[in-house]
Amino acid sequence: MQISGAQMVIEALIAEGVDTVFGYPGGAIMNVYDEIYKQTNFKHILTRHEQAAVHAAEGYSKASGKVGVAMITSGPGFTNAVTGLADAYMDSIPLVVISGQVPMSLIGTDAFQEIDAVGISRSCTKHNYLVTDAKDLARVLKEAFYIAASGRPGPVHVDIPKDVTAQIAEFDYSVELDLETYKPHTKGNPRQIKKAMEAIAKARRPLFYLGGGIVNSNAAYEVRELVHKTGIPAVETFMARGVLSHDDELLISMLGMHGSYAANMAMSETDLVIGLGARFDDRVTGKISEFAKNAGVIHVDIDPASISKLVIADYPIVGDVKNVVNEMLEQSGMVNPAKYSSWRETIRNFDELHPLTYHEDTDRLKPQWVIQRVGELLGDSANISTDVGQHQMWAAQFYPFTRPRQWISSGGLGTMGFGFPAAMGVKVASPEKISINFTGDGSILMNCQELMTAVEKKVPVINIILNNNYLGMVRQWQTLFYDKRHSETDLSVQPDFVKLAEAFGGIGYRVTTKAEFDAALKESVEKNIVSFIDVVVERLENVMPMVPAGGSLFNMMLLEKKEKK
Amino acid sequence: MQDENARRVISVIVVNEASVLSRITDLFSGRGYNITSLTVAPIPDSRYSRLTIVTSGSIRVIEQITKQLHKLIPVLKVYEHADLVEKEMALIKFPISENITDIATLCAAYNGKIVNVGDNIIIAMVADEPKRVDNFLKIINKYNPKEIVRSGAVALER
Repeated sequence: MQISGAQMVIEALIAEGVDTVFGYPGGAIMNVYDEIYKQTNFKHILTRHEQAAVHAAEGYSKASGKVGVAMITSGPGFTNAVTGLADAYMDSIPLVVISGQVPMSLIGTDAFQEIDAVGISRSCTKHNYLVTDAKDLARVLKEAFYIAASGRPGPVHVDIPKDVTAQIAEFDYSVELDLETYKPHTKGNPRQIKKAMEAIAKARRPLFYLGGGIVNSNAAYEVRELVHKTGIPAVETFMARGVLSHDDELLISMLGMHGSYAANMAMSETDLVIGLGARFDDRVTGKISEFAKNAGVIHVDIDPASISKLVIADYPIVGDVKNVVNEMLEQSGMVNPAKYSSWRETIRNFDELHPLTYHEDTDRLKPQWVIQRVGELLGDSANISTDVGQHQMWAAQFYPFTRPRQWISSGGLGTMGFGFPAAMGVKVASPEKISINFTGDGSILMNCQELMTAVEKKVPVINIILNNNYLGMVRQWQTLFYDKRHSETDLSVQPDFVKLAEAFGGIGYRVTTKAEFDAALKESVEKNIVSFIDVVVERLENVMPMVPAGGSLFNMMLLEKKEKK
Repeated sequence: MQDENARRVISVIVVNEASVLSRITDLFSGRGYNITSLTVAPIPDSRYSRLTIVTSGSIRVIEQITKQLHKLIPVLKVYEHADLVEKEMALIKFPISENITDIATLCAAYNGKIVNVGDNIIIAMVADEPKRVDNFLKIINKYNPKEIVRSGAVALER
């Protein structure tokens, strides 16, 4: 059929089954917004900043497993969205981000709101397109959705000049994709898988090292089965929280810079690392030459470039984790779970020696208590997003996760301002769950304008601000490594968060006691309106354990032991 | 480690489309890899182009470069050459006052010749292995070359 470029965008989104678009209009994308106005197939959520639109699309995608879609205009609209693209790129989140561009005749003339968008997004997207003819739009958009979701997922950016959205051309979305140069390898080599299973059967202290790729591949339940059939203990990366349930006996905890003592010691003592969809990030490995020093390494990853990038894999397996784990399950009979009982015992002893905990030794609330308390009260009924900093690490350490896609946080890029808009996307994707955003007094100000979106579109995100009047994580590093010179991290001057929430039509609470916190959380859940719960917490609490940057995993700073009263 | 920073030649077959070259060069600069030389031209009768990239690095770095190149959507194939035939061309401008016979003889030894003679200058061309081109350029220094341009290497696996 002969339609305009703008109509093609709408038709493509409908054909892809998109139900929500997050975005912000502007000059160069107006033709498309005119068509959005005329249609009823999907809803559009107007955020109050382009960065928030992309983060909301990320949250939506992470909670639903579908491709998130954001739409923005050219120039500043696009540059505002770049942080979101980079965030999605680092955390392998499938997005299609569509931006307007100045008309073709003006490209290269420094026109109003012109920027070389594909030039900027090239290094922070999986792929990008500048569409120069409307007849290419069907193919480009179809490719964009396919590339975003397949292989190692990631954001795809499509830049469309204004005259192309006005151009009338033939549209046929049933076009067959012809991507001769892009063929993701999803099936693991059976010989390699067999060798890996034999290595597992032979190992004495094997350890599952579970990564976020398991969540992307929807393989958590297969992985749970594999872990239980083999009786091999497991550590999770930050991105993999929820792959195993928190009460799973074989789950040690999170490993890495703020991993538990037992998880990091297990990784240091293991003789075989079984890496599934994890990429040996520097925040996980610490000093790489000391990482799992005496261990063989099995590495299953969809991205060949992740294998042997940082840690040499003895058993590299390129493939989709779900496929590979299913094959491993078929051969799991050769593994005898009883063999690892003393290894499991060793790990239990590690955990008893230095459990993941904190001391309630001050008058002020402890941030860790707040997180545990939310876990007790809401548990499985909440999805947990976070911003970036201390609160994020405490949430990863202390929330009792029970399922994959319950945990939505900016891991790779570490984007302050991610949490609130992401939690809105999460709520839109799974309205039946309560959407919590754990945040800090620093992070929340980086996208607090989204209160307006949440009020207008009735997206009742509960923002729990762990307020220590500091940029807490930077303050912690300054305390530990910069001789307590707290340079520009003291946030003693801050807004009245209650009034701030109320000014937008949300609700706000300031709490200083456990009873007040319980009451505020209960009311927030019941009222079903976006809220800020400003929790006054202990100012100088540190995230422990901690592996100093570049240190070995087994050299942790630990929580000081307190005599039991 | 042996040949920690050895010279390597990589050929990349890419879809001949807009901005594909920047995808390649951005990858090198973004990940901190070196490019010593880069040549690119369309492959006849196809929708692909072939790039020849001369770079340097350890085996692990080269392996990463190869894998990262593969990840780019328009990249069809990446060859990391071991046994190859490699050629590079150079054009050199000399003042007409220099000894043309000498220059012509030297050029001939490096698969070259004088390709242009003007009122004040002559232009010579050589095409040989990059190392031999290095050598040639060293030798002809005494003939006061006014300008030198090298093409960068092209290579084919044996």
